[in-house]
Amino acid sequence: MDFLRPASWEDALAAKAEHPAAVPIAGGTDVMVEINFGHRRPEHLLDLGRIEELATWETDRDTVRLGAGVPYTKIMESLRAELPGLALASHTVASPQIRNRGGVGGNLGTASPAGDAHPALLAAGAEVEAESVRGSRLIPIDAFYTGVKRNALAPDELIRAVRIRKARGPQQFSKVGTRNAMVIAVCAFAIALYPAERRVRTGIGSAAPTPVRAEEAEAFLAAALDEERLWDSGARIAPSLAEKFAGLCAAACDPIDDVRGTADYRRHAVGVMARRTLTWTWEAYRAAPAADRREGGAV
Amino acid sequence: MRVHFTVNGRQHEADDVWEGESLLYVLRERMGLPGSKNACEQGECGSCTVRLDGVPVCACLVAAGQAEGREVVTVEGLAAHAGQRAQRSGGAPARSEGGQAALAPIQQAFIDAGAVQCGFCTPGLLVAADELLDRQPNPSDADIREALSGNLCRCTGYEKIMDAVRLAASRQGEAARR
Ligand SMILES: Cc1cc2nc3c(=O)[nH]c(=O)nc-3n(C[C@H](O)[C@H](O)[C@H](O)COP(=O)(O)OP(=O)(O)OC[C@H]3O[C@@H](n4cnc5c(N)ncnc54)[C@H](O)[C@@H]3O)c2cc1C
Ligand code: FES
Ligand code: FES
Repeated sequence: MDFLRPASWEDALAAKAEHPAAVPIAGGTDVMVEINFGHRRPEHLLDLGRIEELATWETDRDTVRLGAGVPYTKIMESLRAELPGLALASHTVASPQIRNRGGVGGNLGTASPAGDAHPALLAAGAEVEAESVRGSRLIPIDAFYTGVKRNALAPDELIRAVRIRKARGPQQFSKVGTRNAMVIAVCAFAIALYPAERRVRTGIGSAAPTPVRAEEAEAFLAAALDEERLWDSGARIAPSLAEKFAGLCAAACDPIDDVRGTADYRRHAVGVMARRTLTWTWEAYRAAPAADRREGGAV
Repeated sequence: MRVHFTVNGRQHEADDVWEGESLLYVLRERMGLPGSKNACEQGECGSCTVRLDGVPVCACLVAAGQAEGREVVTVEGLAAHAGQRAQRSGGAPARSEGGQAALAPIQQAFIDAGAVQCGFCTPGLLVAADELLDRQPNPSDADIREALSGNLCRCTGYEKIMDAVRLAASRQGEAARR
């Protein structure tokens, strides 16, 4: 095995081009488990820990460009206002020790259906900035997950950053597990409201071969909110509407039975989380001053 | 490969390190520092917790090469580390016995509160709890639970561990007021 230690992003891209089978290692919280248990014996480990720009983020008016190696702890501490859904999801990952090392780049690299960043990234409509010596491209998050633990990266590509629009409305994340810390999600759900666009986006984790959106549920809700003029009135959402939304979210799942839960339970739990997180975000929207609501600036 | 890093204030180097080897393995098997425990090797138990450039991490999930040039504090260096912190904040310097640094306040508190049974989880808990007190001198119970949520203990049922951290925090507060 070779341990490659590029000091710059350009060197890292060159190394990945030369050794496309090299395994990048960021926080190591997925990679090292596989190495410790002998599940993986790559010829090259490509340490990204020395590349400073991966561990930082930049913001402009609308977007956060989150370096692939920013640990969850930093997202929770510093980006809660801009990325509330992702910050909530980050807080549910494992334990402080793991959150101090692991980050979104590694979560995307592993692309586990149970990764906690994914539902939040789907709901936020993120874009993955992938780069190689051939150039850079933005992969819409909806096109990133291609199968169980598979993603759209080419063998010579690395993730430089994730581009996430700053929240322009309330966001929530919810996860089912046996305790608060150190649990892989039985299933998870994220929702983001976009008052200015009168749209809602969702993300479902651990209830299908890949993280997925509940697109039918989103379309149904957007139409119902419009029809009843609820974005304008800021009135309560009727329980029957929330139930219908929850049912469509459950129907978007394609879960399996496994040690963490049955398929039936997962569908049920996703419905419950969908209803609750819709209620929480809608109540936050209603609570914002009407002027803010009209501008869609309520968070 | 060869790796160099600082452990508990002293420069260390290790030769013939396998590229896939963990920082935990290097500490225990190559540097003679068996204080950090190896229980699960998958980040679940926290008994290998060390500080890497000040940040608590599972040493079993850090590749040795990733520690190159960095600073590691293990349970073996905790007393000296806590002593420096006390001195910086104007408190009493660490007591020392026969040139050996005495116990860190968190270590003494674990003993006094009866928070150690088999002791296997203790080094990791001490490093995690000490970092909490570094960051948050007056933690709430919720803060303590959160900071220690990555450390498993099979023996104590955690209540005595909670007592120990509260005790260390209150002693640290008293020392700072003196
Ligand atoms: C005890 C424990 C508990 C956990 N609990 C959770 C949990 O609750 N929720 C959750 O979502 N995850 C959990 N995980 C999994 C893991 O912590 C996350 O997936 C984390 O986000 C991985 O980030 P990392 O930086 O450590 O990745 P690494 O292990 O360094 O890398 C992971 C994968 O991504 C690739 N990669 C890393 N960076 C890049 C890049 N820039 N470009 C291209 N590929 C890259 C690597 O090659 C590898 O395939 C847990 C892990 C452990 C050990
Ligand atoms: S041995 Fe590292 S967390 Fe258990
Ligand atoms: S004292 Fe035995 S595991 Fe904690």
